[in-house]
Amino acid sequence: MNEVDGTAVRMVQDPTQTIPAEATKPEMKVQLRTEGVNFYYGKYQALHGIDLDVYRHKITALIGPSGCGKSTFLRTLNRICETISHTRVEGKILLDGEDVMELDVTSLRRRVGMVFQRPNPFPKSIFDNVAYGARINGLHRQKRIRDIVEESLVRAALFEEVKDKLQQSALALSGGQQQRLCIARALAVNPEVLLLDEPCSALDPIATAKIEELLFVLKDTCTMVMVTHNMQQAARTAEYTGFFLLGRLIEFDKTDTIFRNPSKKETEDYITGRFG
Amino acid sequence: MRGANDTLASMATSQAVVRPANRFFRRVREGNEIAYTITVICAASILLVTVLLVFQLWNNSGIARHKFGWSFIGSQTWDPVNEDFGALPLAFGTLVSSALALLIAVPSGLMAAIFLAELAPPKASDVLTFLIELLAAVPSVIYGLLGIFLLVPILKDHVVPVLKSTLGWLPIFSGPFYGYSMLAAGLVLAIMIIPFIVSVSREVLLAVPVEQREAALGLGATRWEATWQIVIPYASRGIYGSIFLALARALGETMAVTMVIGNNPKIAMSLLAPGYSIAAVIANEFSEASSAMHAASLTELGLVLFAITVIINGAARLMMLTTAEHAK
Amino acid sequence: MTNTLSFRRRAVNNVMLSLTAVFTVLVVGSLFVILGYLAYNGWHFLNWDFFTKLPTPVGEPGGGMANAIVGSAKMLLVATMIGVPFGFLGGVYLSEFGGEHGLFPFLVRYTTDLLNGVPSIVIGIFAWTVLVRPRHHYSAWAGGIALGIMMVPIALRSTEEFLQGVPNSMREGAMALGASKAWTIFTVVIPAAMKGIISGMMLDLARVAGETAPLLFTALSSRYWSKGWDEPTASLPVMIFNYAVSPYDDWHQQAWAAGFVLLALVLLVNIIARGVLSRATYK
Repeated sequence: MNEVDGTAVRMVQDPTQTIPAEATKPEMKVQLRTEGVNFYYGKYQALHGIDLDVYRHKITALIGPSGCGKSTFLRTLNRICETISHTRVEGKILLDGEDVMELDVTSLRRRVGMVFQRPNPFPKSIFDNVAYGARINGLHRQKRIRDIVEESLVRAALFEEVKDKLQQSALALSGGQQQRLCIARALAVNPEVLLLDEPCSALDPIATAKIEELLFVLKDTCTMVMVTHNMQQAARTAEYTGFFLLGRLIEFDKTDTIFRNPSKKETEDYITGRFG
Repeated sequence: MRGANDTLASMATSQAVVRPANRFFRRVREGNEIAYTITVICAASILLVTVLLVFQLWNNSGIARHKFGWSFIGSQTWDPVNEDFGALPLAFGTLVSSALALLIAVPSGLMAAIFLAELAPPKASDVLTFLIELLAAVPSVIYGLLGIFLLVPILKDHVVPVLKSTLGWLPIFSGPFYGYSMLAAGLVLAIMIIPFIVSVSREVLLAVPVEQREAALGLGATRWEATWQIVIPYASRGIYGSIFLALARALGETMAVTMVIGNNPKIAMSLLAPGYSIAAVIANEFSEASSAMHAASLTELGLVLFAITVIINGAARLMMLTTAEHAK
Repeated sequence: MTNTLSFRRRAVNNVMLSLTAVFTVLVVGSLFVILGYLAYNGWHFLNWDFFTKLPTPVGEPGGGMANAIVGSAKMLLVATMIGVPFGFLGGVYLSEFGGEHGLFPFLVRYTTDLLNGVPSIVIGIFAWTVLVRPRHHYSAWAGGIALGIMMVPIALRSTEEFLQGVPNSMREGAMALGASKAWTIFTVVIPAAMKGIISGMMLDLARVAGETAPLLFTALSSRYWSKGWDEPTASLPVMIFNYAVSPYDDWHQQAWAAGFVLLALVLLVNIIARGVLSRATYK
C-alpha cells in the first residue's frame, strides 16, 4: 500500500523519499497512481511521461485546453482506450498498488467506473439501466437488485424524481436526469474510483449545478477523477487539479494552489485566460 | 447558356411586350415542361404496370377462384389430371423450406455480422463484406446446379446417414432419403439468403453509437456481453427488418428450389421427403398447363405468392423505418 | 460482487467470439466453394464448340450453346432498352421534380418497391398473359420485356439515390447563372451522378442476366437459331436449367460449362460496377 504523508506533488520511485509539502495534513491514501505513462495513437505520441496521484475520497480535476490529452489519460485508467485499435500504453498504472495491466480488464472496469461526456443510457427502463451492471456481475436475487438500484439512485440524487416511474424508458428523462442516471448506473457496481469525462459539458447550468452538488457528497464514499474544460467547475468541486498541455502534465497540486499560486508559467497563462 | 441570354435580353428591354407565342416557345426551349412530362410519364408507367399486374393476376385466376373459393387455400390435393387444385401442399412447401432456411441462415448470418461489425479490423471487414455480397449476385439457377451436383450427393453420402443414425427417431428425420428433399431446398435457400442478413445486420450494428458499447464495457461487461446484451438489442429492429427481407426473398425463390426439392405435391412430416413449393410448381407446370383451369389455378397460386411477399416486404420496410427513427 | 471475472463469463466470452469468426469463415468459404467447384467443372468441359455450335439432337454428344448465348444477348438488349430509360427517367422525376412529399411521388416509390419485391416467376406469369397469350406464341421480345420490367425498379431507385447525392449547391450555382431547371438537371446534376448511375445499371443488368424464371414461359427455349425477335429463343439460364435436370451426363457437362460462363460474366460485371462505384463516391 502506498501511503502518502501530506500532499506530495510527485513521487519518485522510492517511497521513502517523499517530499511532504505540508507535514501537518491528515494522512491521505493514494488510490490510483500513474508512473511515466506514455500513450500512442499509432505512431503519434499523445501522452508524455504522466506521473500523477489520485487521492482516495477526493475529487481530482484534470484541466487543460482542447486536445491536451486529459480525456486520453482518463481513458487509460480503466483501459477503455483499448477499444480503439492501434493504441499503446507504456508506463505503470497502479490501483491500490496493483498494476492495472495485470488485472483482468473486466474486473478492473468494475472497480474503476466511468461516466461519459454525453449521457448514454441504454434504451431500457430506468430500473434496468441501473441494474445492468449488478446483473452481469452475477447478482440475480430480485430483492438485492432492487436495493442496489434504489441505493444507487439515491446516491446519484435521482431517486426522488424517478421513484414512481422506474419502469419507464430511460430515454424519456431530461439530459441532466439521464446523466445522473448514468452516474447511478456506474455507482451500482460499487466502484472504488469513478472517472468522469466532462460530465456536464452537454448539460444546461441548472443540471450542471445539480451534478456538482451530488459529486460533492459522493466523494466521501467514492474517489473521483474528473476531466473538465471548465476551470470554474474545477475550482468549485475538486480538491486537487492537474493541468495538462500538449500531452504533458505541467502541474499537479491542490486546487487552491493551482488557481491562486501556480508554479509554472504555462499554468498561469492558462488560468488567466491568455490561451485555451 | 441559351436560357441565360434570353432572360438577360428580355430584361434589357424595359417595356417588353411578350407575345403569347414567344413565351410558349421560350418555355419549350428552356425545356422544363418537356422534361417534367417525360419523366412523369416514365414514373407513372411503374404505377400502371403494377396495377396491370395485379389486375391480370386477379383476372386470369378467375375461373379457379370461382370454382374452389376459399377452399383452395385449405385443400391438400394438387391433381392436374383430375383438375382438382389446392394450395396447401405448395404453401406448406414454400413456408417450410423458407422457415428451415431462416433457421439456418439467421444465427449464422448474425454471428458473421457481429464478427464483421465488432471484431474484424475495418479493412478486412470491408473486403469480407464485399465477398459475401458477391454471393448475393450469384444467379439462382447456379445455386440449383450446385445443389443438384454438389449438395445432394454430399447429403446423400455423408450427412443424412449420420443424421439418421443419431437423430433418426425424430419424425422430421424419418423415412427414406433420395436426395431431392425439403432439407436440400432449405439448405440451398439458407446459403442464398445469408448475404442479405449479413450485409444489412452489419450495417445496422455499425450504426449503433459507440457510447452504448463503451457504457457497457465501462461497467465491466465482457466484449460478448456488451455486444449481445446492449448492441444487438439496440439494433434489433434493423436486424428483424433484414430477416423479413431475407424471408421475402426465400419465399419467392424459384429455380434453386425447383431443382432440389423433389417436386412432389404432398405434405410430409419429414424433412427428408420430397416436397413442392408455389414458385416451383408454377415454374414446372405453367408452360405445359393442360387446361384453362390448370393455368388459372397456377395463376391463383401466383396471386397468393404475390400477396404474401407484398405483406412481408411491407413489414420489413416498416421495421427498417422505425429503426431509423429510434437511432436518432 | 466478485472482483475477478468468473470462469463462466470468460469462457462464454471466448467461445462466442470464436464462433463469430467461425461462421464468417464458413460464409465466405461457401463463396469460394461455389466459385471453385464451378470453375473446376466448368472449365473442364468448356471448349470452342460451346461458343460456336448449336445443341445436338437429344442423346448425341457434342454441340454447344451458341444459340443460347446469342439469345441471352438479344433479350438483355431488349431489357436494357426498357429498363434503362424508364428506370433512369423515373428516377430523375423522383429526385428532381417529385420531391419528398406528395401523393404521387409516394405512390411511385411504394409501387417501385412493391414491384421490386415481386418474385420473378410472378412477373413471368404477368408477361405471359400480356405478351404471349394474346398472340399464342413465345418470343424473344416477350422475354426481353419481362426482364426489362424486372430492371426498372432497381434502376429507378438507384438513379434517384445517386441524383439525391449531388449537393444542392451545384444546382443552385447553375440556376443562379440563369440555367433552367431542365438544363441544370441534364448538364450539371446528371453528369455529376453519372458514375453511380452507370454502376447501378450494370449491377441491375448483371442481376437480370441470371434470371431464369421470367423466361420460362415468355421466350421458352429452343434448340435452334431463332430468327428475329418473334420466335421462342434459347437463353443461357434456361439452358442450364433444362440441361441440369436432364438425365444425360453429356448435358450435365454442358450445364457446368454454361454455368461457369454465366457466373464469370455476372461476377465480372459486379466487380467492375462496384469498382466504378467506389470511385464515384469520392467526388
